[in-house]
Amino acid sequence: MRCIYLDAMSRMKSNYIKKLSEEGKREDSRNAFDFRDIKIIKGLIDHAEGSAQVDIGDTRVIAGVKMVVESPHEDTPNEGNLVVSVTILPMAATEYESGPPSPEEIELSRVTDRGIRSAVSIDPASLFIEEGKVWSVYVDVYVLNYSGNMLDAASIAAMAALVNARVPEYKDGSVNYEKRDKKLNIKNIVTSTTFAKIGSSLFLDPNENEESAMDARLTVQVDDKEIRAMQKGLPGSFTMDEINKLIDVSFDKHKELKELIMK
Amino acid sequence: MASSLNKPKLIVNGKRIDGRDFNELRPLKIEAGVLKNADGSAYEEWGNNKVLAAVYGPKEAPRYLADPEKAVIRAKYSMASFSGLDGHGRSAPSRREVEISKVTSDVFSNIIEVSQFPNSVIEIDIEILQSDGGTRAAGITAASVALANAGIPMKDLVYAVSGARIEDKMAIDVNMIEDNYSDADIPFAISPRNNEVLLLQFDGGVTPEQMKEAEKLVLEAGKTISKIQKDALKKSYEDISAKYEKK
Repeated sequence: MRCIYLDAMSRMKSNYIKKLSEEGKREDSRNAFDFRDIKIIKGLIDHAEGSAQVDIGDTRVIAGVKMVVESPHEDTPNEGNLVVSVTILPMAATEYESGPPSPEEIELSRVTDRGIRSAVSIDPASLFIEEGKVWSVYVDVYVLNYSGNMLDAASIAAMAALVNARVPEYKDGSVNYEKRDKKLNIKNIVTSTTFAKIGSSLFLDPNENEESAMDARLTVQVDDKEIRAMQKGLPGSFTMDEINKLIDVSFDKHKELKELIMK
Repeated sequence: MASSLNKPKLIVNGKRIDGRDFNELRPLKIEAGVLKNADGSAYEEWGNNKVLAAVYGPKEAPRYLADPEKAVIRAKYSMASFSGLDGHGRSAPSRREVEISKVTSDVFSNIIEVSQFPNSVIEIDIEILQSDGGTRAAGITAASVALANAGIPMKDLVYAVSGARIEDKMAIDVNMIEDNYSDADIPFAISPRNNEVLLLQFDGGVTPEQMKEAEKLVLEAGKTISKIQKDALKKSYEDISAKYEKK
């Protein structure tokens, strides 16, 4: 719920952020293309096949992988499914309420899903069990605390949970969830970098105040070789040169993010 | 309830399936003040249950909800889709989740000093990250600590725990397997200052004598639970003062 006082506060904050950005500065004195501290804890939900909690600064998300035996889609009878989704819990911040997902939440969910899916992080054929039976891999990410840049946090958490996942035993038509001996075969790692444009300055990993001040947003998701997904958000615009520069930064960041995810 | 065909032996050599005595709680750990944005929060591990509770408010209630005489309490209980050992949970709130949210709201509408905050709403979010039986009781116990952590004035620090009948024995705090195959699971929420019952749900079958036994087990276990809740709150203040002393 918004009151006039809160709106005035957030306007003052965002004016301050804009002023700083004119000199290329940030309120937490980070360099333009620095992430906040990233912390990953894997395997904390033992009921899930894989799990990871990721903190980027004060933003906290938790991801869990569940594997379920289902019938394949008619047009791909030999392939399993991978579905990634992101939910912002009402506990994440005072402005988030329970109820049907907002357009913002649906965009967040779909962009996270697209990056991982297009990088073919799991070979769909390796999810084939027998005729008429395939594994569906559900990766669900929940935002527990919002402090900016949910997208990169969600993507890192989803990838880390997948890397952490073990396949339950399937025998004689039933799944034994207590026996998970085999690692899920993750063939490729995709990483996500989200940039804010404030005035003419570009910043990686915007915090919540920067997000409320930004004119435009660009997410670039890459693997070792290729760009795998991009999403531009908000009414502001980017020049082609800016986009190309942010793609370079994204590839620069890929190595350290990948190491964190694999660790 | 699961089919009785493959029912495991719930009592072995006079002990329960996880080696506990009938009056023995599973290990319980609570930490207060774990989330940055929430006005109050708590993380709880109760046996294999992992629960987060967060509180926002009191804040101005939307017009359709506002009550000019008191605060409206809105609790929301939900389970993460990966919280169960088997399968994948659905994302839309189930009828079960809606009901648990409702009875949880009732508990806290009693215990919070609602008349102090007319036209406002207090939100209680309970997320079950991992479930192993007794999650509604675990949620209420954690939410109580989160409310105290938020500084919401309350008449008491409520706890909740389930009594149960396992085969012919009365027991406390059933785990998932016991819950699936036992004859009765009886969650209670209790205000320990006068031992009044704020939540009670039950279906199955017990005799009046067995119900009395369950009540006794609940009150006895409550002493342990209450202490752990209070210790979690004390520890959160110690942590804060330690932080300031360093500076």
